Amino acid sequence: MSSLNIGEISSLDRKREQATSTSHAIEIEVNGQPHKLEVEAREILLDTLRERLGFTGVKKSCDHGQCGACTVLLNGRRVNACLLLSVMADGDEVTTIEGLASENGDLHLVQQAFLIHDAFQCGYCTSGQIISTVGMLGEPWSNDSASLRESMSGNLCRCGAYRNIHTAVEEAKSSHQQREASTEEDFS
Amino acid sequence: MRPFQYQRAAGVREAIAKAEGCQTCSFLAGGTTVIDLVKLDVEKPEMLIDVGRLPMDTILRDEEGGLIIGANVRNSDLAWHSDVQRDYKALSEALLSGASPQLRNRATTAGNLMQRTRCPYFRDNYSPCNKREPGSDCAALAGYNRSHAVLGGSDSCIATHPSDMCVALAAFEATIRVEGPNGSRSIPFADFHLLPGDTPHLEHALEQGELITAVTLPPKRAGTASTYLKSRDRASYEFALASAAVSFGIEEGCIVEPKIALGGVATKPWRCYEAEKNLEGQVASLSVYEKAAEVALAEAEVFECNAFKVPLARNLLARALSEVEGRLARQSEVI
Ligand SMILES: Cc1cc2nc3c(=O)[nH]c(=O)nc-3n(C[C@H](O)[C@H](O)[C@H](O)COP(=O)(O)OP(=O)(O)OC[C@H]3O[C@@H](n4cnc5c(N)ncnc54)[C@H](O)[C@@H]3O)c2cc1C
Ligand code: FES
Ligand code: FES
Repeated sequence: MSSLNIGEISSLDRKREQATSTSHAIEIEVNGQPHKLEVEAREILLDTLRERLGFTGVKKSCDHGQCGACTVLLNGRRVNACLLLSVMADGDEVTTIEGLASENGDLHLVQQAFLIHDAFQCGYCTSGQIISTVGMLGEPWSNDSASLRESMSGNLCRCGAYRNIHTAVEEAKSSHQQREASTEEDFS
Repeated sequence: MRPFQYQRAAGVREAIAKAEGCQTCSFLAGGTTVIDLVKLDVEKPEMLIDVGRLPMDTILRDEEGGLIIGANVRNSDLAWHSDVQRDYKALSEALLSGASPQLRNRATTAGNLMQRTRCPYFRDNYSPCNKREPGSDCAALAGYNRSHAVLGGSDSCIATHPSDMCVALAAFEATIRVEGPNGSRSIPFADFHLLPGDTPHLEHALEQGELITAVTLPPKRAGTASTYLKSRDRASYEFALASAAVSFGIEEGCIVEPKIALGGVATKPWRCYEAEKNLEGQVASLSVYEKAAEVALAEAEVFECNAFKVPLARNLLARALSEVEGRLARQSEVI
């Protein structure tokens, strides 16, 4: 096994300092509001959202795409904010948990389903689970229970609250489908 | 995370011109491999050239009825595409078995082809690894090699190729279209990924500055069916311990056009030519499948912790072959 001594580590650090970075003026829309900011190339979208824009509902857990806690919608599709450079999202629209409820405070149907079914224990994974469910509703998954579980497999829950999460997601999906069907009727 | 420069490429030619002759430049598409590895300090690019928005994101039929898949088509869009679901089922199933829905929404076709191994020693900067640091040794050979390859390894490296998509592309005999400083060329899938030999840091056939623009698939042969089976430590969101992509048809009771590739057990997406020869023209039966599976693993070389992969891959392949027979039977009922 090779190991580094302290001297080598500090020379590594110096090397890093010497490497150059670029700075970029970007514009992203978060929950309908435009934000202009200057980011370094290496800044991660998850950190921009949490540390600079105050959207702390988005959670950091593994920081390597392995848990789903950081799930946001990027132009309407669910993605892991921990594996995106903020500069890559220049010009894009982001939705976080803070942007789901309507302006008068009515919760999104997925939020309601999670509340009704007590679909959490500590709550740390919950905003990722909810955003992920919203993203899932726009994807072509079938309704059987195995597909439903697979469709949510990108969100881990360390507390193991899966039973109630499953029930909440199932209900959210069926109310979403009913709503879609009734709006189709309205138009026909 | 170490600093680096970033540029969004305005066009294919610009991206190539930027990357040409720049050893420390790397293309960036979805970012799900690159950003992960830069965070771990395993990849140390000085410049990331973002090609993720270049208009290489369509799935088209070619004149012969094959498919042209743009380099930037997201894994989820490819998996759900109706032509892929109908004609290249194993590809759709392979994609849907990989990573998570969130990651697949970012991951691109080219990025998936180019993803790096998940060998824990490669991802850990403090272990020796010939792939990460040529000449430093391989910690897996005498280490915890449960996830490692039993086919295609060398004295320098036994890291598995992690992709599911690539296993299906190997079985479907895809071609990689590349644009480079000296024009365009096509690389047959079997020649794209390299065996580790004594240069495990060289993983693919691309020259510096070459950009993947598309992956093409030959037309589906009428009367065939395909499947992808994957075995792993948990039901989802996990890399393969072993996987198999299989396609063939049955004419007058006999197997035609068998195509087989294995994943999770080899240092590159592993096409099984001998096993295919073994199946060709045989009367379809479980014992024929089992024999072919035995042939596919005949050259396997096991290490302290991964001997289980040989029977696992063998059984999985036999099961995948039976599954295709079942699909063919159901298809003919429908017709
Ligand atoms: C937690 C986790 C779990 C995963 N599980 C699985 C799994 O089960 N199965 C599986 O198959 N995969 C899995 N993956 C890997 C995932 O599929 C890849 O990370 C993804 O496909 C890479 O695509 P990308 O577009 O994000 O690539 P990027 O990270 O953008 O790029 C990857 C590589 O491709 C190169 N590249 C990108 N575009 C081009 C181009 N046009 N021409 C030339 N080079 C290019 C880049 O330079 C880089 O070297 C997992 C990943 C994570 C993080
Ligand atoms: S924090 Fe992004 S997936 Fe875990
Ligand atoms: S509720 Fe605690 S991690 Fe899911």
